[in-house]
Amino acid sequence: MQQEYERYYVPAQSIWPIVGAVALFLIAVGAGNLVVEISKNSEGYGGYVLMVGLAILIFMVVGWFRDQINESMSGLYSAQLGRSYRQAMMWFIFSEVMFFAAFFGALFYARMIAVPWLGGSSNNAMTNAVLWPGFEAMWPLLTTPDGTTTTQMKWSGLPAINTAILLVSSVTLHYAHTGLEQNKRKQLTAMLGFTILLGCIFLALQVYEYIHAYRDLGLTLQSGVYGNTFFMLTGFHGMHVTLGTVILIVLFFRVLKGHFTPKEHFAFQAGAWYWHFVDVVWVMLFIFVYIL
Amino acid sequence: MSNVADSTASNDATLDGHHGDAHHDDHHDHIPKGISRWLLTTNHKDIGTLYLWFAFIMFLVGGAMAMVIRAELFQPGMQIVDPNFFNQMTTVHGLIMVFGAVMPAFTGLANWLIPMMIGAPDMALPRMNNWSFWILPFAFLILLSSLFMEGGGPSFGWTFYAPLSTTYSNDSTGLFVFSVHIMGISSIMGAINVIVTIFNMRAPGMTWMKMPLFVWTWLITAFLLIAVMPVLAGAVTMVLTDKYFGTSFFDAAGGGDPVMFQHIFWFFGHPEVYIMILPAFGIISQIIPTFSRKPLFGYASMVYATASIALLSFIVWAHHMFTTGMPYQAEIFFMVATMLISVPTGVKVFNWVATMWRGSMTFEIPMMFAIAFVVLFTIGGLSGLMLAITPVDFQYHDTYFVVAHFHYVLVTGAVFSIMAAVYYWLPKWTGKMFDITLAKWHFWCSLISVNVLFFPMHFVGLAGMPRRIPDYALQFADFNKWISIGGFAFGLSQLIFLALLIKACRKQGEPVSDQVWDGAEGLEWEIPSPAPYHTFDTPPVVK
Repeated sequence: MQQEYERYYVPAQSIWPIVGAVALFLIAVGAGNLVVEISKNSEGYGGYVLMVGLAILIFMVVGWFRDQINESMSGLYSAQLGRSYRQAMMWFIFSEVMFFAAFFGALFYARMIAVPWLGGSSNNAMTNAVLWPGFEAMWPLLTTPDGTTTTQMKWSGLPAINTAILLVSSVTLHYAHTGLEQNKRKQLTAMLGFTILLGCIFLALQVYEYIHAYRDLGLTLQSGVYGNTFFMLTGFHGMHVTLGTVILIVLFFRVLKGHFTPKEHFAFQAGAWYWHFVDVVWVMLFIFVYIL
Repeated sequence: MSNVADSTASNDATLDGHHGDAHHDDHHDHIPKGISRWLLTTNHKDIGTLYLWFAFIMFLVGGAMAMVIRAELFQPGMQIVDPNFFNQMTTVHGLIMVFGAVMPAFTGLANWLIPMMIGAPDMALPRMNNWSFWILPFAFLILLSSLFMEGGGPSFGWTFYAPLSTTYSNDSTGLFVFSVHIMGISSIMGAINVIVTIFNMRAPGMTWMKMPLFVWTWLITAFLLIAVMPVLAGAVTMVLTDKYFGTSFFDAAGGGDPVMFQHIFWFFGHPEVYIMILPAFGIISQIIPTFSRKPLFGYASMVYATASIALLSFIVWAHHMFTTGMPYQAEIFFMVATMLISVPTGVKVFNWVATMWRGSMTFEIPMMFAIAFVVLFTIGGLSGLMLAITPVDFQYHDTYFVVAHFHYVLVTGAVFSIMAAVYYWLPKWTGKMFDITLAKWHFWCSLISVNVLFFPMHFVGLAGMPRRIPDYALQFADFNKWISIGGFAFGLSQLIFLALLIKACRKQGEPVSDQVWDGAEGLEWEIPSPAPYHTFDTPPVVK
């Protein structure tokens, strides 16, 4: 790896890290109290603390990024710093992959091991006969050992349409990126705007699908391990799409302001990587949660 | 808000400084004063110091909890605390020592040393570095304050097995989950910073196979951290939803499985124990060559052994679960995979001994800790080999034998290596030699008491004394009395260390040379002592 060694930019003191730490503190305290209050149906201050924490976090992100953008626009950064940011983003995405891996792992374990064992396979005939008589192993688990029933979410229809939407959005974002690299600003704004639109449509359809699941299918977060894995995986994915859409919207406004050059556009690249990552997660979801 | 304005102002100053060089140099030698230096810092040395002091304070807090545990176990019968509080002590002691003491201490050493060792001006992402640190005090504030809640703090063991942490846990579980979440965020950001620094900030000529082993071991540790901390986040999230939102990941009634919790947890947990020992290997590999006045024996094999241990750590997790009724094919696989780890570990121990072989050895304090590490860590490694044997693990499982095993690898392993590292690099940090008399007292008191504390645990464990129980059968009384005496003595010995560190931070002692130790090699020994606030603004050339 050929590296240049310019003077590396080491920023002076910054207020934002400690603001961010306070924000996470309030979020953790607020959320930790809120879950207890919700489960006990009691009044409390958890929700307010959580909101204040989130507000401070948003304030911190805006301020921190504003500093970063100002530094970058005034030419303080070097190619070496750019590599630091790109590598850091790649490792961050790797950590996200491992987070989803934990939930996919739970899905595979439940499906391949836990449910069959409850149904008496391997050396568990007595587990089934004594603890859960009459329980039959199946996937999706539509009747749980304690008798909760639910309905399967079909892969055809909305999920298939959503898959197409996300795949197309990855392509349009790629064309936005090539537009940026070839300095075709119109292609860039149009394709980026189109990607954001697709992201929003995806999210709207997911909300519609959740309502459909709760109202018509009786498929809820509480419907046994099938509903658990379904909502946790699609829910965390949906949160990531939401964040990705917000990132793309911020990028869109920066593009309108004339930020990014064909050579230097780390923020755009990072946002694009994130979006492609979220897309890949959806493809895995579509295969393992919906189809198989 | 005035602070925000200030920081913008100082950023503007830096922006200006870039255009006029005089300004730029000006900003470089200026060390900020007061509390804002520590709150707002982006300096890797400041952040390293913060991490190390935080870790030491947490070590004393977690140690105080261990004293409560040993006081209760001094005699059979219930005398000092009630069982619920005893469980909270074992739980929070474990959590604090793992996440609050050992891991931050290693991160602090990484912060101080990696930029100096590879010739970098700072960590790659200095602001994020500060954020990683300041999350930790808040996370532990949450965890510790939950002990004072109605119903008490977490009491399900540091491993928070379901259903103890779901069906049977108290209201502090929500706070526990979110404090673990933000600890994880801190660790992941710290690890990303380490990896990017090592990949991208090495001085010209600092090729991969010239890197000091401490840098190598931390690179691999950082990879493990990024790979498994998110899995821990997933595990606590499932505990949260199982407890509060009606999911049944770990509940057979809904098609889940409590054993699944153990699989997910230990998929994180086993790499986690290597996260706590690989940097120790790196430290010992720095110290032993210095005081043997020989290059490290088998440098390349050390690197490959570290990488092998890290990769193997992903396929051995279920050796913590031999008694859960897994199919025996799985038990055999995990037994054999676990025993394989002793091969690269054996390579390391062999190399350390071979480095000392025919060296002109001297026995300064860091070397004494390093040699104690090699001997005592090996004892812990060998008891680990015994635990890896599935059929005999059925006897050892959940007894004090396990407690003896992991305290040998974590206290006389990880903690001793951290102490060795502090003694080794402290003169470089402060520019003064520490109080050697106190250090000798600290070493010998710790060495003797730690063995009185942990060695008899092997015996009571083999005889069947269960762990995490506040009372025990009468036949274990004599051993437990001695274990407790060793424990109190080990705890008190650390106060000697505290006194020594306070003296060192007040810059008392004889000035040291740049090299500090006769025989020390590496970039960090070529810069002045104490290390200047900013080092390697322009990278050195490594030949």
